[in-house]
Amino acid sequence: MSMPEHPLDPAGAAPAPGNAPPALDVRDLEVSFHRRGRALRVLKGVTMTIGQGEAYGLVGESGCGKTTLAMAAMRYLATNGTIDAGSVAVEGQDVSTLSEEALRKWRGGKISMVYQDPATALSPAMRIGDQLAEVFHYHEGMGKTEALERARESLRRVAIPDPDATLKRYPFELSGGQQQRVVIAMALAVDPQLLILDEPTTGLDATVEAEILDLIEELRGRINAAILLITHNLGLVARLCERVGVLYAGRLVEEGPARDVFTDPRHPYTMGLLRCVPRFGMNKTDAALQTIPGTLPALGEPLEGCVYSARCPMAKPVCTQHEPDFFAWPSDLGARAAAEAASKPPDPAAFSPHHANPVGESDRYARCYFSPEVPEMPHMTPVLATSLEARGAEGGNVLEIDTVRRTFKDGKKKLTAVADVSLDLRKGETFGLVGESGSGKTTLAKCVTGLLAPDAGTITFEAGELRPTAARRSQDALRAIQMVFQNPDSTLNPAWSTRSILTRAVRKLGGGKAGSVRAKVDKLSADVRVEPRFLMQRPTELSGGQKQRVAIARAFAGDPTLVICDEPASALDVSVQASILNLLVELQTNEKVSYVFISHDLAVVRYISDRIGVMYLAELIEVGGAEEVFNPPHHPYTEALLSSIPKLDFDSPRRRIALHGTMPSLSDPPSGCRFHTRCHRLLGDICKEQEPPFQESTTGHRYKCHIPPDELLAAQVADRPGPHAEAVAQATDAPGTDSADPQPAAS
Amino acid sequence: MLRLIGRRLLLMVPTLILASMLIFALAEVLPGDVARSILGPYATQEQVDLLNQRLGADRPVYERYVDWAGGFVTGDWGDSLLFDEAVLPLVMRSLGNSLLLAGFALVLIVPTSIAVGVFAGLRRDSLLDRGITVSTLSMTVIPEFVSGVVLLYVFAVWLKWLPVTALPPSGSPFVSRFYYLILPAIPLMLLELGYIARMARVGTVQVLAMPYIRTAVLKGLPRRRVIFGHMLRNAMVPTVTVIGTQIGWLIGGLVVVEVLFAYPGIGNIMVQAAKNKDLPLLEASVLMVAILYMVSNLIADIVVALLNPRIRMGG
Repeated sequence: MSMPEHPLDPAGAAPAPGNAPPALDVRDLEVSFHRRGRALRVLKGVTMTIGQGEAYGLVGESGCGKTTLAMAAMRYLATNGTIDAGSVAVEGQDVSTLSEEALRKWRGGKISMVYQDPATALSPAMRIGDQLAEVFHYHEGMGKTEALERARESLRRVAIPDPDATLKRYPFELSGGQQQRVVIAMALAVDPQLLILDEPTTGLDATVEAEILDLIEELRGRINAAILLITHNLGLVARLCERVGVLYAGRLVEEGPARDVFTDPRHPYTMGLLRCVPRFGMNKTDAALQTIPGTLPALGEPLEGCVYSARCPMAKPVCTQHEPDFFAWPSDLGARAAAEAASKPPDPAAFSPHHANPVGESDRYARCYFSPEVPEMPHMTPVLATSLEARGAEGGNVLEIDTVRRTFKDGKKKLTAVADVSLDLRKGETFGLVGESGSGKTTLAKCVTGLLAPDAGTITFEAGELRPTAARRSQDALRAIQMVFQNPDSTLNPAWSTRSILTRAVRKLGGGKAGSVRAKVDKLSADVRVEPRFLMQRPTELSGGQKQRVAIARAFAGDPTLVICDEPASALDVSVQASILNLLVELQTNEKVSYVFISHDLAVVRYISDRIGVMYLAELIEVGGAEEVFNPPHHPYTEALLSSIPKLDFDSPRRRIALHGTMPSLSDPPSGCRFHTRCHRLLGDICKEQEPPFQESTTGHRYKCHIPPDELLAAQVADRPGPHAEAVAQATDAPGTDSADPQPAAS
Repeated sequence: MLRLIGRRLLLMVPTLILASMLIFALAEVLPGDVARSILGPYATQEQVDLLNQRLGADRPVYERYVDWAGGFVTGDWGDSLLFDEAVLPLVMRSLGNSLLLAGFALVLIVPTSIAVGVFAGLRRDSLLDRGITVSTLSMTVIPEFVSGVVLLYVFAVWLKWLPVTALPPSGSPFVSRFYYLILPAIPLMLLELGYIARMARVGTVQVLAMPYIRTAVLKGLPRRRVIFGHMLRNAMVPTVTVIGTQIGWLIGGLVVVEVLFAYPGIGNIMVQAAKNKDLPLLEASVLMVAILYMVSNLIADIVVALLNPRIRMGG
């Protein structure tokens, strides 16, 4: 499976895998960063091979060394980084032996790269055409006209709508998706042997991400390049890559065909990663998310034995004494059993060497003595009972939003960010708000908190109408509605200790005497599991997860009734994200608080929400129970959004609904149904001319579309991929088993 | 782009009116009486009153302001009490002299300081970078009258390489003026070099850390293309803004250097006008300096817009 399902080149003439040098050959690579005279090892003896035309996914949490590996291949380490041992070769040529001029030709010629944030990866003051043309000029010595002609061609290749106009544009004039297409066109300009994709879709909206993935998948059939995909998103790897490597603390801990690794992981870290991502269709009432205890070891921290042993729920004494080798699975079982029995490292002669041949007799490796037991790895988090009834959620609405509208001025244009949105939130409930950037989610949240005053409409909170701005609200209303933001770095004052931040919040929001304030701060920090020793530290000294816990504690300081969480876990690694989501669920059970939960991650929203609202272009287009909204019949936009998530799903054929065109402008929204310009279920002129009514489905949820529920259900079920479409429609919400079965979706 | 310039020019009108009011009001509160300062201490009070009446100095302030401002717009700037000649040609002549000195200094300062700053930024934290930072900073802290006196003594009096005066004898060809301006320009250069070079260095360091520079390097561009094609243009934005504000200072703030080198520039004129309560001359020259300050800032903003397509096209 490691070699191609995809042809290696357009002609299909694949070079024999055994003879041709691999596209990337990394051997025993050791890389250190030097800080204050100390060498901190970032990569520890990494050996990996990518065959020609092969796609290899490298996964792991931030700080594991993924990008460092890519930069070593480019010979572009930071000035304090050094390669201490080992080698990196591309097509058999060692990168470290290249002269400066050869290295220049090599970069962009043999290896090229696509970056995480296309907006900053393109030169801001240079036209797209010039940025593309200079690649042809410096790599192929073309003159200006010829280079521009090739630039135009390369834009056509990545399906940019109007290549001639795009050549003359500046990066800021393009949408995020188009910018990334330009970066991809630039990377593929000179037909490289290796294409490195470093988080190519992180930060892009779901539907744009899906477009870019379609493009990469489609290009793979036409280019020669092997692919190294660096990502934290396991779903991306499942979709694009044949093989996957899992990196932890600078060590490759597991490697093998993507399907095998994801459906049957044999290293506890891989298993942990798979378990902490909410699988699509999973809800908090079914199971708590699994988390990985502890944190990633600090750079340069000395590690005895297995790098993962400190966090591993299966660690045994031998794990902390001797580091396991990269065992072939399952052929090295004997060597391991002997080692375990003797509690000593196994004889190197007894196990298969890793990568003697890129496509050797064994294609799965795991750096663990106890791979056979990984499927039975113990669960770390107890299941939480958090049904709505248990939370006492039956009584009335806590929040009623009635035809709220908010517009902004952009020069002479009027942008309507929230257009007559109405929705209710019940006591103790979590209301998930989803939609792409610019859909109005955050503006609506700011109207509720009073950070923005709505232009029209009313917001009723606990039976009283809220005044439009926070400055005019009562102290009690301010206390009762709190907010948790995406980035705790910018919401916690860096000059204050954690304790002062919480003390101030308790004083401001809760009042009370000095002694009780102190007790309350201690209780709060215990509730969010911030250890007392962290209370004396400043936010900058805390990890991302700890900071977000402090931010949550701050929001809960005045015993709020409603907490608005705006992407509270999106900037965090998956294992930390899981623990934050669990914390929010637990706090809700104990404190009887209601949440509005804003996120672009549908699996996360599905997991944590009782009801969900979908926004498109400032309008609420669908609202209802989490299960109803995410199953047919539902709004065509919701259907398209759901189809765009890369899932860890190898068996059912995928059918992605590609939306037409791009998001229309808020200053000039389409007539009739706002979604009609992009809809794949367009009925005809009625959609263009008449604003659709809210329709009610048999399950009681509402969506804004001209298609009646029974017709929509029939059409959507019929279009579901797979032979048992109807069964799938019924069963998607069944609680799955905990191991990585072929359902999960990564964030 | 044209809209941007048009809007900025329009915005200059209220700024200018406000500035003229301020200048007029400040001149009003200067101690002393106009006629008294012209006629001297031995004139009788009647004589003083008569002159004040003739000069219009006894009318209400706002009336005199409207008169003055109207005259300024129509080109009737009045007569200098001190030099006994029309203000307009006198101010223009001094301004021309100052512009020549400032322009000459700028030609020396701008390329040098940018080159030094970018060079230091490209070799960030190296010995060279630190050397440049320390030496340019120490030059900045030396006041121009100290460095001016030292330079004057060493190069003009002692070595006799350069002339002591800043103006060539009348009748010399125009080009020779620059030779005479070398000595006055150097203290200014020392003063500005450190400031502008530091801005250029910071801009360079910041832009070098941007992801698009990494893109440029990793797409296999030669180093000079990365620097001149991708880095410089973006790194120069803060520097250009700073140069814009410094131009204003170089024209109007050269009092010390002009006095030291006995150079008949606008700074020199202003000092004498203030000392002698020559209000028409003082007001006109200060207002001209204000206008030049605004124009040089506008030019800097236009250059920034040319460097940054986003500002240019945002309008």
